[in-house]
Amino acid sequence: MNAAKTRRRAPGSRQRALYRWLFVLPAVLYLLAFFGYPLVRNVLMSFQEFTPRTYFTGEAPFNGLENWRAVLDDPLLGDALWQTMVFTVGSLLGQFTLGLALAVFFSRRFRLSGTIRAVLLLPWLVPMVVSAVVWRRIMDEEHGVLNSFLELVGLSSDGVPWLSSPSVALASVILVNIWIGIPFNMVILYGGLAEIPEELYEAAALDGAGPWRTFWRITLPMLRPVVTVVLVLGFMSTVKILDLVLALTGGGPADSTQTLGTLTYQLSFLRLDFGQGAVVGNILILISAVFAVLYLRANRADLGPGKGR
Amino acid sequence: MRQRTGSSRAARWGSTTVALLVLAVMLFPVYWMVSTALQPHSSIASAELLPTSPSLDNFRTALESQGGSLVTSLVVALGAVVVCLALAAPAAYGLAQFGLRGGRTIVFGTLITQMVPGIVVANALYSAYAELGLVNSYLGLILADASLGLPFAIVLLRAFMVSIPSEVVEAALVDGANRFTAFVRIVLPMSRNALITSGLFAFLFAWADFVFALTLNTTDDVRPVTLGLYQFIGAHVSDWGAVMATAVLSAIPAAILLVVAQKYIAAGIAGGSLK
Repeated sequence: MNAAKTRRRAPGSRQRALYRWLFVLPAVLYLLAFFGYPLVRNVLMSFQEFTPRTYFTGEAPFNGLENWRAVLDDPLLGDALWQTMVFTVGSLLGQFTLGLALAVFFSRRFRLSGTIRAVLLLPWLVPMVVSAVVWRRIMDEEHGVLNSFLELVGLSSDGVPWLSSPSVALASVILVNIWIGIPFNMVILYGGLAEIPEELYEAAALDGAGPWRTFWRITLPMLRPVVTVVLVLGFMSTVKILDLVLALTGGGPADSTQTLGTLTYQLSFLRLDFGQGAVVGNILILISAVFAVLYLRANRADLGPGKGR
Repeated sequence: MRQRTGSSRAARWGSTTVALLVLAVMLFPVYWMVSTALQPHSSIASAELLPTSPSLDNFRTALESQGGSLVTSLVVALGAVVVCLALAAPAAYGLAQFGLRGGRTIVFGTLITQMVPGIVVANALYSAYAELGLVNSYLGLILADASLGLPFAIVLLRAFMVSIPSEVVEAALVDGANRFTAFVRIVLPMSRNALITSGLFAFLFAWADFVFALTLNTTDDVRPVTLGLYQFIGAHVSDWGAVMATAVLSAIPAAILLVVAQKYIAAGIAGGSLK
């Protein structure tokens, strides 16, 4: 039907086709400038030598694989890669499990459930830097309310160095990011739960399935497409994290919370070595690209209803 | 899982109690932010659980040093909304209704942009901006921040505009309107809710932007409040009362929108991720 429609329109003059394109063109040009160009430029930059002087002279001669060699030889890259992975997997696991638990809980629809569910979104809507700053205070080793609380209930007497110890800081950053991500996971999974036909549950109840069995046999399989989307979207926004880490720990202490995002920032904007920054940026994109493929696969069915081809 | 059979009154209130507990735990940091901001002497020692003698002193300090940043954030975020909608609405309509050759590829490309990390964009954009004189400019930051909301806006608006019957527009075309007039007079008003939703998110994304603010500005000429807050904790890390007051002020748009525009936000989260 779609094809027929397009064919019917086809005899219209070339001018008319051009006129239609004018609707789409500005956005396409913008996307090319702000997403396409940076992608290409980053690849080029990773083979160029940038120094602080480049800013004044504008000269960045090509230097072959030197940036790549320098970055790959630096043990910090391995650390940042590992920490990015731990951060991403830890965050997603926490956000997803707790988000799903809350979604299931809220779909029981009790008094005030709608209102409470709505207010729970606040942590996700607040700018990430703001959350980071607040948590930085809460997790302060000496004056933070978290340690005061742990002391009060007798769980810890000498104060956890949440953000000041290299062995704890990454876990603390993950904890904060889980807190930020729960609402988003909850809302989407809640939407997915609401789509599951009631009859399936009725049938399961007739078969005598208990709540646990019903969850594993009906809820989770039916929820799978939504789960994929949540996890892939979550992955893509978590793996590139920068704001949160920068404002919470600055990548420290002793680089223990350095991620690919913060490393790119440091190399490019603090050391002004945009070439090496671009190398790390390219590695980050490469990782995201693998998951973008997964995302598009999950979304392919979704592109159907459009009239484009 | 829904509770289908005979959920008693007690069980229902039980769930509400659990939900309120969850809410209390989840929103404690927000409470702590407001409470600390209201305590005048929270600067050095630990803050108290309740602001027993609340004062607005911290807010005065915050407004003195960050008032300008809040205005900057507002200007930049509103600018980003305008750019975003002006580009997204016609594009979404074209992609939804015109059957353009390659339209599908464009939608694909729009989806893919979501994987490009902001810091990578900033990395390349910085040198381009330096050549164009856009570093430290409102226009530069507005254009960059619009990129945060644009893919989302295109996807959301297109999903809505696909369902507009083409007869409605064609009737107007018969009456002599051209396609663009028909788009403005008929399609835009019909898409009001989708426009509000994508505009709201474009605003929230731009307001929350930190990466572009940090990287595309080398002076304090254009300093949104997220950047101001970040510099604040670097410079006066002891004055936590004022820092928290600034945090409260920069969280206000999110809080207001959550109350006023809750239905649009819910629609946006569902629509943007699932389409």
